[in-house]
Amino acid sequence: MKAVRTILVAWVALLALLALTIAASFAPIGQVLPFVSYGIAIAKTAIVVWIFMEMRVRDGLQRIALATGFAWLAILLILVLADNLTRGWTP
Amino acid sequence: MNEVRRLQPQFPTLARQRDADHFGMLIFLSTEVLIFGGIFAALFVLRAQHSAEYARSSTQMHYWLGGINTAVLLTSSAVVALMVEAVKAGAARLAKWLILGAIALGLAFVAIKFTEYALEYRDGVVPLLSPAHLHAGPDTLFMDLYFVATGLHALHVFGGLTLLGSLIWPFGRARRDTSAVFAGNAALYWHLVDVIWIFLYPTLYLAR
Repeated sequence: MKAVRTILVAWVALLALLALTIAASFAPIGQVLPFVSYGIAIAKTAIVVWIFMEMRVRDGLQRIALATGFAWLAILLILVLADNLTRGWTP
Repeated sequence: MNEVRRLQPQFPTLARQRDADHFGMLIFLSTEVLIFGGIFAALFVLRAQHSAEYARSSTQMHYWLGGINTAVLLTSSAVVALMVEAVKAGAARLAKWLILGAIALGLAFVAIKFTEYALEYRDGVVPLLSPAHLHAGPDTLFMDLYFVATGLHALHVFGGLTLLGSLIWPFGRARRDTSAVFAGNAALYWHLVDVIWIFLYPTLYLAR
């Protein structure tokens, strides 16, 4: 029954984070908004991956298998944005 | 499901076979992350280069419908997680009801999503079909990417619904497998579809 309680707590936390991300999008924080939005999205993903996808009880090899996709995604995004965000830096 | 319980010749132990089953699913899910990653990269570049038009397009979205849909999908994921616990505890009948609940929530998600498409058609912001109120350039590109991203995601929801449904028929016996190999893998897929939506929602609906 402990597992059931953990899942229900995770669900409540996810809905709370959803409310928070909607509220934050109306806050006058301008340029900071994407960082808040994606920070909350990463927190929600951590809850889903760790509790719902049971990564907390899986062995290292399985955790790496799932982390691989996100690692390659990080490479893609870092290289794309490194190009795009720095184009105006040189005359 | 007998095929899952039975030890196949290439594995030394049943535990190793189950690990391999989940390992294969997780590798597949990693490739799914990358499929959507390309679309996200395109959206990030669009936002970086045309932030004013991007924010204008995003505020036209029906963010409250998207928010309700996020809640529906998060809830369905929690139900699916409970289903896996039920299968592990040997409660195959309870698992069946939880699967039906998750499928109902998944169908509700799709229904709301298509209602939203209809509203956007009425708003005149659909490229090619009803572009009456759509600005050319970055705004159109935003809507293109919106339909590609949410359309591909909706396809994945249908895929997930098919997987969950197969746990009722034809693979109902998989619910009696207390190591939850097939049920666990179907759940993993459903949760990943949820994770993708978690990122699509702020990207498309909440950029202001």
